[in-house]
Amino acid sequence: MTQITNEGLILACSAIGAGLAMIAGIGPGIGQGHAAGHAASAVGRNPGAKSDITSTMLLGQAVAETTGLYGLAIAIILLFANPLLGKL
Amino acid sequence: MIDMGASSSSFLLAEANVDFMIHGLLKYHLFGQELWLTTTHVGMFLVSIVLMIFAVAVNRKIKKANAKDTPGTLQNIAELVVEMLDKMVDGIMGARGRKFANYILTLFLFILFCNLSGLLGLRPPTADYGVTFGLGIITFCMIQFINIKDNKIGAFTGLFKPLPFLFPINLIGEIATPFSLSLRLFGNILSGTVLMALIYGLLPIFITLGIPSMLHIYFDIFSGVIQTYVFCMLTMVFVTDKMASEE
Repeated sequence: MTQITNEGLILACSAIGAGLAMIAGIGPGIGQGHAAGHAASAVGRNPGAKSDITSTMLLGQAVAETTGLYGLAIAIILLFANPLLGKL
Repeated sequence: MIDMGASSSSFLLAEANVDFMIHGLLKYHLFGQELWLTTTHVGMFLVSIVLMIFAVAVNRKIKKANAKDTPGTLQNIAELVVEMLDKMVDGIMGARGRKFANYILTLFLFILFCNLSGLLGLRPPTADYGVTFGLGIITFCMIQFINIKDNKIGAFTGLFKPLPFLFPINLIGEIATPFSLSLRLFGNILSGTVLMALIYGLLPIFITLGIPSMLHIYFDIFSGVIQTYVFCMLTMVFVTDKMASEE
C-alpha cells in the first residue's frame, strides 16, 4: 500500500468534484425539455406561427442552458486548469 | 498497470494522448509581458482571410451586377444571407435596428465560420474564452452605449428602479450579461471539441475514419449554427431592451 501524496489526493478529489459539478446538467435538461414540449403543443394549436415559436423556443432554451454551462465551466477548470494544486 | 500486449495489437488501441488544448506556437515579449501566438490566432487569421476573400469577391460581383442578368451562384448566396439577416434584425429590433444589421451580419458570419472551422480539423477559435469574452465585451459596450444615449440619466436611475435597495442586484445583473453571453458560446463549442477529441481518442484508429462524421454533424454543424444564431439573437434582444420606446 503506497502512501497517497498530497497532489494525488487533490487530483482525486478534483475528479470527484468535476463529476459532481456536472450534476448541474439535470436542470437545463428538464428545462429545455419543458420548453420544447410547450413549443410543440403551441405549434399544434397554431401551426401558422411555427417560425416565431421555434425562434422563441431556441432563445429560451439557450438562456436555460446557462446554468448547466456554469457547471461545465467548473468541471473543465477542475480537470484541466486546477487552481487548487497551486495552493499546496 | 494494464498492458494489453501493446506491440501485437497496437493498431486496435486508441491514440494514447488525447489532445484538445490550445497550443502556443510563438513566444514574444511586449512591454515586459510574455505573450504567445497560439492556435487560436491561426484559426482566427484563416477565418478572417476566408471572410475577406468572400467579401471582396461579393463586392466585385455586386458592383458589376445588372438588373436584367440572371444572378450567379455567388450573388444568390450573398443575397440569401443578407436578406435572411435583414429580416431577422428587422423582426427583433424594429425600424431602428437597421443600422445594427451590418454589425450583426459581421458577427454572425465570423462566429459561424469559427464554429464550422472545426470541420476542417482546426481547433475552433470560439473554443478559446479570450475570443468569446471579447465578443461579449463588444456587446456589453454596445448595450451600455445605447442605454446612456437613449435614457440619458435614466440609465443610472434605472438601476434603482423597482426598489432602491435592489441596486446591487441590478448592478450585478448588468455586469453578468457579457459573462453569461460569452460563457454560453464558449461552453457549447468547447464541450463539442472536448467530446470529439475524447471520441477520437477512444475509438481504434481505423474506425475513426467513419463513425465520428455523424458526431461532427451534431457538434460542429448543428450546435455551431444554433449557438451562432443564439449569440446574435441575444445581442439584438439585449440592445433592443435598452432602446427608449418611441411611440
